[in-house]
Amino acid sequence: MSVIASSNPNQNARSGIAAWPPLLRILTLATIIAVAFGLYLGLFYAGTDIDQGQVQRIFYVHLAAFTGAFIAFCGTVIGGVQYLRTRNVQWDSIALAGAEVGLALSVLNLVTGMIWARPIWNTWWTWDPRLTSAAIMCLTYAAYLMLRTGIENAEQRRRFASIYGILAITTVILTLVITRIRPDTIHPVVIGPSVQNPNAEGAFEFSERMGMTIGINSTIWSTLVPVTLMWHRVRLQNLAERVNALKAEILNK
Amino acid sequence: MAEKSALIETRALVKTYDLMIVLRKLDFQVERGEFVALLGPNGSGKSTLLRLLSGLSKPTSGAIFIGGWELPREAAAVRAQIGMVSHRALLYENLTARENLQFFAQLYNLREIDERIRILLEQVGLSKRGDSLVRTFSRGMQQRLSIARALLHDPAVLLMDEPYTGLDQDAAQVLDGLLTQAYADGRTIVMTTHDLERAARLASRAMILSRGNIRYDAPASALDGRQLSERYTEITSLATAR
Amino acid sequence: MNTPFIQAVLAILRKDLRTELRSRELISSMGLFSLLSILIFSFALELDRVARQEAISGVLWVTVVFASILGLNRSLAMERDQGNLDAMLLAPINRAAIFLGKLIGNYLFALAVGLLLLPVMTVLFNMPLFQPWLILILFLGTLGFSTVGTLLATMTVQTRARESLLPIVMLPIALPVLLASVHASTNILTNAPIDDWIAWPQILVVVDVIYLILCFLLFEFVIED
Repeated sequence: MSVIASSNPNQNARSGIAAWPPLLRILTLATIIAVAFGLYLGLFYAGTDIDQGQVQRIFYVHLAAFTGAFIAFCGTVIGGVQYLRTRNVQWDSIALAGAEVGLALSVLNLVTGMIWARPIWNTWWTWDPRLTSAAIMCLTYAAYLMLRTGIENAEQRRRFASIYGILAITTVILTLVITRIRPDTIHPVVIGPSVQNPNAEGAFEFSERMGMTIGINSTIWSTLVPVTLMWHRVRLQNLAERVNALKAEILNK
Repeated sequence: MAEKSALIETRALVKTYDLMIVLRKLDFQVERGEFVALLGPNGSGKSTLLRLLSGLSKPTSGAIFIGGWELPREAAAVRAQIGMVSHRALLYENLTARENLQFFAQLYNLREIDERIRILLEQVGLSKRGDSLVRTFSRGMQQRLSIARALLHDPAVLLMDEPYTGLDQDAAQVLDGLLTQAYADGRTIVMTTHDLERAARLASRAMILSRGNIRYDAPASALDGRQLSERYTEITSLATAR
Repeated sequence: MNTPFIQAVLAILRKDLRTELRSRELISSMGLFSLLSILIFSFALELDRVARQEAISGVLWVTVVFASILGLNRSLAMERDQGNLDAMLLAPINRAAIFLGKLIGNYLFALAVGLLLLPVMTVLFNMPLFQPWLILILFLGTLGFSTVGTLLATMTVQTRARESLLPIVMLPIALPVLLASVHASTNILTNAPIDDWIAWPQILVVVDVIYLILCFLLFEFVIED
């Protein structure tokens, strides 16, 4: 085997492609450390919430996951617009990575929300506008992935996916603003200058330490986490494209 | 547009579908008034070439000129000069023959269309069925109406993608007549077909496409149907052997 | 060089209306579906007097949206089946004219179903649905989802899953329109003071305009090859 490998000059080049680029290694390591640090802050550094107790700590991941999903979905929009303009396949890979990473993070957001809601609202799920629109947001990106699998022609698939990825951001925006336009939500309004909703159940006052933990966690999850995950996904996509290219090379001979 | 230049010209025309190379650097010219039969096995790129010439599809690289205009950049100018017939009818089944033609006449911004439609329906032998729904038409009648639609705006170029598919003997003969007429009228015709004998009989030039390359290109008068068929078998079996 | 924009739009619209007047395929299937839908809703939800006030606008809008999905699928399948989309693309017309022509047709059909449902539901549920404000909301709401629907249906009829994919991709995108329409309608039907709900029609107008511009721009990419 080793004889064959050494006799093939392409072998090294190919294994070189399969290896992680140095920057990605650093980034991956940094992300793991940063997420662990964020968790440490959330679990030990921040004080325990007086009303809600320990379960409130899940909120640090809950909000952070949403910010990460938001960034990833923005990546889908940018990837889509750029793909339609340049027809460079790389942009579509970024869009796809954004949708998948965003979907994973928004599912994490939903699940952590449900775990929090069980003791606080006394139910796993309630048909609150914010919850409903967050769930529909997840389904929109599931539909995005389904649309992709439904199209055989790769060029058409990329084009349609780009268009849908651009339109899909409306559900993300809706989820963001719905607590403003539907004041009957019981979901606490966390971000932005707003009068705390009197209907909100489970709203909480922040101590300085809690505020810092929120800030650091959200920063990590909205920068390092989506970027690293998307990079890995794009790389995977590139490798898949390469396999296709090699297959096509054989067929085109 | 200068008189000397070819009506249709491609330069290093390449089309790939998702890494599959369908057309490899095609260079050819078609002069005004030629009738080109485009031959080749399934998957040789014939239909793709016609879609490119019609502007329905964009080339991956290379250039196409029709009447001196470049595709796809000047597609708007080219469209008015092209009539296309495909193996699909491209007609609305719930409209009558006349309404179909009226609709497309509006899209081509044609004036005084009633007389033109009357003449065309007569030419394709559908005068009596002009007010019947296309749904009730046989395949052959639909195909004839399809040709009337393609001729509606008096295009210089007729592109025909396997127009004989699904036609019976009689309908095919009527189509022969229409094509001969269009050729006699000085239109430039590019037609894909699998019918070598018919190609040799009708066309002025035969081109054989195999695996995205032009393997044979000669005046059809040089060969009769049998010889053409021999060349065809030779070329295509060569391609499969590789 | 191109055919005038308006002429192309009108030609496509006239063609769709004429086809429809002849076959009545869309209106009959959409109308029948709508009637069935509201009857089944009234069974399933066991709508009493109080529940009716709250739920009826939801029933109305869900019915109109599903009926319009039915119509959108048929309307675009007609362009695909015989390759007619290609025939239109061969013509020297602006691509956006195809979008606008198809959109206006689809909009009129969806609107017709909605307007048909108002008197029917007024009678069946004994509620005054024929109100100017509600009709305005109907105009705005159906415009919103006909816009995204026309774009997305042009896309989905070209895919393998075809008809079944449209509701899945369209409903989430139409959600903002649906949400605003339902809330405006509920408020109108419960005679809430206008200041409480006037924001909804305003949001609806904004969303409609955004979707119109976005879909108008994106349509070109749906039909090219």
